[in-house]
Amino acid sequence: MAINWFKYSAPSTFYALAGKLIPWFAISAAMMFAVGLYIGFFVAPVDYQQGEFYRIIFIHVPASILSMFLYLVMAVYAALGLIFNTRLSAMMATAIAPTGALFAFISLWTGALWGKPMWGAWWVWDARLTSELILLFLYLGYMALHSSIDDPRRADRASALLAIVGSVNVPIIYFSVKWWNTLHQGSTIKFSGTTMHVAMQQAMFIMLAACWLYAIAVVLARVRSVILERERQTKWVAELPEVRA
Amino acid sequence: MTGLDIWMRENPLTYVWLGSYAFALLIFVVELVLVRHKRKLTLEQIRLLREAGEED
Repeated sequence: MAINWFKYSAPSTFYALAGKLIPWFAISAAMMFAVGLYIGFFVAPVDYQQGEFYRIIFIHVPASILSMFLYLVMAVYAALGLIFNTRLSAMMATAIAPTGALFAFISLWTGALWGKPMWGAWWVWDARLTSELILLFLYLGYMALHSSIDDPRRADRASALLAIVGSVNVPIIYFSVKWWNTLHQGSTIKFSGTTMHVAMQQAMFIMLAACWLYAIAVVLARVRSVILERERQTKWVAELPEVRA
Repeated sequence: MTGLDIWMRENPLTYVWLGSYAFALLIFVVELVLVRHKRKLTLEQIRLLREAGEED
């Protein structure tokens, strides 16, 4: 049986689908966080160079990866909205921005906490740190620009341009440790393999999955509010049980 | 070395837990509360609009 995927690009259909998916993603995220933290703190061994401080990696790396990926996902949705004038794409981009900004903030915060015992400084104007800070400003700029324009469709178009242009920063963040001499360490996990202990890898990948699931759940919950707000004049919103209640 | 430097070296796990994980958890909780609050507000606005429409 063929599934008509375009059906889910309609806000009315997606609203119902998102409502059904949120509990699954939220429960899976909570379970993954519990397992990831258990392995990270009770199974993974102490690092011979960094001691216990390295355990920040299990939140720092997933938050950093999510901040970059969410920006790309947001830019793709914004571009789709701009090119095809699809309502749901623009709504998704709007819903992703706050979560992406929070992950960028967590990445910078935990990085500072890791930097202090390792480098002796909370912050250095290093290429990786600076480009991640620019990413946070891009998220904040996107949200500020969107909320400063009253007409939602015009706000979508203007902020989509910022999201698309800003996406050039993502490869800069990723390759900054290769292109410039930086204090920040290079990638620990590469396509060619890794020297990390297996329990450390497990904890990091499980925490990464947990952060992904959390991000999906919270973005879906937020987009439902955005859909309601934008479609409030429509008949299908008026007929929703939560509106009639 | 400041007092904080000495404390963090003596209590590395507490430093990691409180500084990173408890803080990240707090941020997630605040985000969830804001999302729920936004939904509540949006639904209230729609109901008010609907009631105003019915009165007209």
